[in-house]
Amino acid sequence: MLLNEILRMAFASLGVNKLRSFLTMSGITIGVFSVIGVMTTVSAMRGSIETGLSFLGSNMFQIGKYPTGPTTDGASRRRIESRRNITFAEAQRYQQLMESATDVVCLKVFNRDGPVQATYGNRKTEPGLSFGGTNEHFLAANQYGVELGRNFTAEDVDLGRPIIIIGQDVRKKLFPAETPLGKLIKVGGRAYTIIGVFAEKGTNFGQSQDDILMVPITRFLSDFGAARFSINIATQAPSQERYNETLDKGITAMRIVRGLKSDEDNDFEIYSNDSLIAAFAKVADAVRAGALVISGIALLAASVGIMNIMLVSVTERTKEIGIRKSIGARRISILIQFLIEAIVLSLTGGLVGILFGVLAGNGLAMWMKASIVFPWDWAGIGLLVCTAIGVGAGLYPALKAARLDPIESLRYE
Amino acid sequence: MTAPAAPAAHIHRPTRPPGALVIEIEGVTKLYKMGAEIIHALRGVQLTIRRNEYLAIMGPSGSGKSTLMNMLGCLDTPTDGRYDFNGKNVAHMVDDELAEIRNREIGFVFQTFNLLPRSDALHNVELPLIYAGMSPSARRERALAALSNVGLADRIHHKPNELSGGQRQRVAIARALVNNPSIILADEPTGNLDSKTGEEIMALFEQLYDQGQTIIVVTHEEDIARHARRIVRLRDGLIESDARVH
Ligand SMILES: Nc1ncnc2c1ncn2[C@@H]1O[C@H](COP(=O)(O)OP(=O)(O)O)[C@@H](O)[C@H]1O
Ligand SMILES: [Mg+2]
Repeated sequence: MLLNEILRMAFASLGVNKLRSFLTMSGITIGVFSVIGVMTTVSAMRGSIETGLSFLGSNMFQIGKYPTGPTTDGASRRRIESRRNITFAEAQRYQQLMESATDVVCLKVFNRDGPVQATYGNRKTEPGLSFGGTNEHFLAANQYGVELGRNFTAEDVDLGRPIIIIGQDVRKKLFPAETPLGKLIKVGGRAYTIIGVFAEKGTNFGQSQDDILMVPITRFLSDFGAARFSINIATQAPSQERYNETLDKGITAMRIVRGLKSDEDNDFEIYSNDSLIAAFAKVADAVRAGALVISGIALLAASVGIMNIMLVSVTERTKEIGIRKSIGARRISILIQFLIEAIVLSLTGGLVGILFGVLAGNGLAMWMKASIVFPWDWAGIGLLVCTAIGVGAGLYPALKAARLDPIESLRYE
Repeated sequence: MTAPAAPAAHIHRPTRPPGALVIEIEGVTKLYKMGAEIIHALRGVQLTIRRNEYLAIMGPSGSGKSTLMNMLGCLDTPTDGRYDFNGKNVAHMVDDELAEIRNREIGFVFQTFNLLPRSDALHNVELPLIYAGMSPSARRERALAALSNVGLADRIHHKPNELSGGQRQRVAIARALVNNPSIILADEPTGNLDSKTGEEIMALFEQLYDQGQTIIVVTHEEDIARHARRIVRLRDGLIESDARVH
């Protein structure tokens, strides 16, 4: 018997009980939807997270008091909280020790006093600017450029000059028509003279990177209280080849600066693009595993539902089976007919689940400004699993139908 | 007995000369176990049926008509005895082999029509050809021919519930014919029809017989049996009489 003939019959008989078929399918749809939705979101985000996390620049590692990922257990949280801040003096000492290894050591701190607003005359920005202190290596370490004016110099930092470089969002708001260079703006209750404007950088994870204000780190610390801040140190290796060597030197230098004995653990965190991406991958893996478990349970329940419905269907259609057998249907034809019905149920449910999963996953990804993906691999696996579920759940009912006695089934009313 | 409804039909009716042997059964028994009890539905039946015969199987209820009919139709196998169909021993065939014989050699007509309720007339008639693996265009042509042969050319897309009882039975007869079977087996084909419609169906059988079909009708009505050329009477699982009628 031809496959399209069997498919036609399968769709016809599933169409008879539309609501029942729909309800049976929806179990599969939910199971597939949850796994495809999560996988789509994770893959969509991975791409943008990998580019997004590269804000550190190439061949860089960063040293700070706090780790980047979430700290789960209380013990390690307390251990981290009890760490001393990395002081500016320590950071400077580190810079000296690293002089022979690299030229680029960027120090920075960011505001911790709530939303920051910049004002110029009666014009003001929205609150919520990124405001911090840094040195002349900020551009290289964070892949910013200066479009107008100039970067900080070592001298600006040494002298703690009250000067500022502003991002494009700030420029547009405060200086829509005139040049900002040389103007005095107020930030956090202090006045700074604009010496430069950053080049436009766009958004990362839906966040503007152009709503930024940076002053020399020395100025920032003296204006807002040096003791309250722990310095973040970004170090760039001269080349990819010398990255590991530079990282080793950096760790050694930091341990010297912090006065650690050889048996003491690091009392600071080191992270790189790679370690940030690895941290994300760890979270993503956990989310994936969770999604797999949940959808596995949903699919198991759904396949029990399919088997149940197929058994009911075989009983209801005993007469039909008898008629088909009396006019010459062989066991295999009946078997395939019911098996295909189960597979069609499961696959249709799966396809709908994939469709909605991809839509929802990409919707979420777009909302988080990640790019759209189609998870071919997971969709393929999903379809295979649905076929297997159809076969698994349909086989026993189909065998039961195929083995029915033609006379008894003809007599069934 | 009342007078035949259409006596004129009996005057001119020709009896075609019997052809090759189709069915040959010998010493066939059928036992049913009902718990501890054993029911002898057939107790040693001997019967030969040739091509071009028109045969009625009669007998009171419980005499074994349906059991014999199921056996002749290869829906069931005998407990004991020999059954050759077109020279092939079918007494020990398995399910799928019997299905193939039913598909190619036998056309069933049932009392309750046994059409697929959700398929139209055309698809119902096409079904045996689908199981025979015939191409869509060829089977459509054959099914249309069979439907017009039973006078339903204008009803091919009607579903069973859109047809009258007589029309349903005609669809069933078209389905039985469509595979060019060696025999047509009809079990009480007029049992669910009023007497006028029943006569129309019997006239259709007469027409098919004239066209060269071999027909076996199971019935308990003398009026129906009278259409046949030979009547086999069963009693308690044995053939009581086997006579030609003219
Ligand atoms: N499947 C069965 N199981 C048990 N007994 C059966 C079965 N089929 C028929 N019989 C018995 O066999 C006998 C013959 O039945 P059947 O062939 O149906 O007779 P008829 O069709 O002439 O009325 C009856 O006594 C009936 O009860
Ligand atoms: Mg009977």
